[in-house]
Amino acid sequence: MEQFIAFLLAILSSMLIDNVVLSRFYGICPFLGVSRKTKSSLGMGIAVVFVIMLATLICWPLYHFVLVPAGIPFMDTVVYILVIASLVQLVGLFIKKYSPSLYKSLGIYLPLITTNCAVLGVAQGNTDQGYTFLQAIANGLGTSIGFLLIIVTFSCIRTRLDSANTPKAFKGLPIALITAAIMAIALMGLQGLFSGLAL
Amino acid sequence: MSREKGQTKANFLKGIFLENPLFVSILGTCPALATTKSLEAAIGMGLLFTIVLICSNVLVSALRKLIPEEIRTPAYIVIIATFVTMVKMFTNAFLPELYSTLGVFISLIVVNCIVLGRAEAYASKNTVFDSFIDGVGMGVGYTLALMLMALFREVIGSGMITVGNIFTFIPKSSLPILKCVSAEGDVIYDYSISLFQTPAGAFIVFGLILATIAFIQNRKKELASYRDRQEKIRKAQEAKEAALKAAQTNNVEGGNK
Repeated sequence: MEQFIAFLLAILSSMLIDNVVLSRFYGICPFLGVSRKTKSSLGMGIAVVFVIMLATLICWPLYHFVLVPAGIPFMDTVVYILVIASLVQLVGLFIKKYSPSLYKSLGIYLPLITTNCAVLGVAQGNTDQGYTFLQAIANGLGTSIGFLLIIVTFSCIRTRLDSANTPKAFKGLPIALITAAIMAIALMGLQGLFSGLAL
Repeated sequence: MSREKGQTKANFLKGIFLENPLFVSILGTCPALATTKSLEAAIGMGLLFTIVLICSNVLVSALRKLIPEEIRTPAYIVIIATFVTMVKMFTNAFLPELYSTLGVFISLIVVNCIVLGRAEAYASKNTVFDSFIDGVGMGVGYTLALMLMALFREVIGSGMITVGNIFTFIPKSSLPILKCVSAEGDVIYDYSISLFQTPAGAFIVFGLILATIAFIQNRKKELASYRDRQEKIRKAQEAKEAALKAAQTNNVEGGNK
């Protein structure tokens, strides 16, 4: 039970307090690029959750059971990026075969995920920080759901911003960045939320 | 092959101003926000990034006729990842402070859109020398952009510029600007805003810089269209005057007849 609570808290803390986009700065490119419409940002977010979870489940065992025994732990980045690139291809093929309608809505985002720092960042972070397998899964879940949450919220704000009367120089990206800053300040308020609890 | 000197210079300069990867193309934003807390970290990040970009550009353009079209993206990624791993190991060995400050962001150079973008858009189509110059220009442009952001964030956020924390071969010293601390450790004055050291500050600084650039561009456009209008009015007036003159001389000539 205690372990389960720790697991949940780890998910929550990497989802909200250490939010992947707003405090760790992974995946800013899709965060700014694919957040114009709520629907497309939802598609991107779900695809990222999918790929991050698969990458976590594959990269962690690969590092600890293949790379370390083989004596080549320094090859981690090369191996991870290859795993991620082929995973993205595989997931694309799989979805195309079994759910063409889902592929239609997710398909265009899949190639973009290869260059999303969040995926490589989570895989690399899991082994760099020396997490256990359970912690790695919690980190993956929390990070990816945090990404989904923030990108969808941000896209909702951006659709409103489009019709807002902003100064000419701030139109588009600059005002979106200022909005992101305000969101980051809001999340900063949650810092220290779980510090009283032993993790 | 003879090349004009001006062309090489333009190729180098385009990465710094006209096609600045960070401020114009808005690429490579993750490290730009994450590693600009201090000027030193930004310089370190820019340096490592430039090395990887130059090496990958040169190798990709040297192999551009050997790599088949269908598998070029995976091939580029492997080339980039190899150089990143080398840079990572070198940093870990010779600049351990930089390694621990940048952390996972050294590995994340692999998925930096600029490196793959330059390999795809430039190095795969141009000669080795051109790709080298392109890499140097883009790398320097990115480093300068990072330094600009870090300058604002460090000066406003911590009130002083500190060197020697990361590049330990420089003696540790700090230049007080908005915050001054006496030798005994008493704060003499402190006007720093620590928000700029937090993640939120990074977004604010980036947003304000982009807004400034947009403002200057808008101004230029307005000025150009204003000049165009003035030019048109002047030309119309000239044409009118010329017509009037012609008519007058015609009249005079007609009167003479």
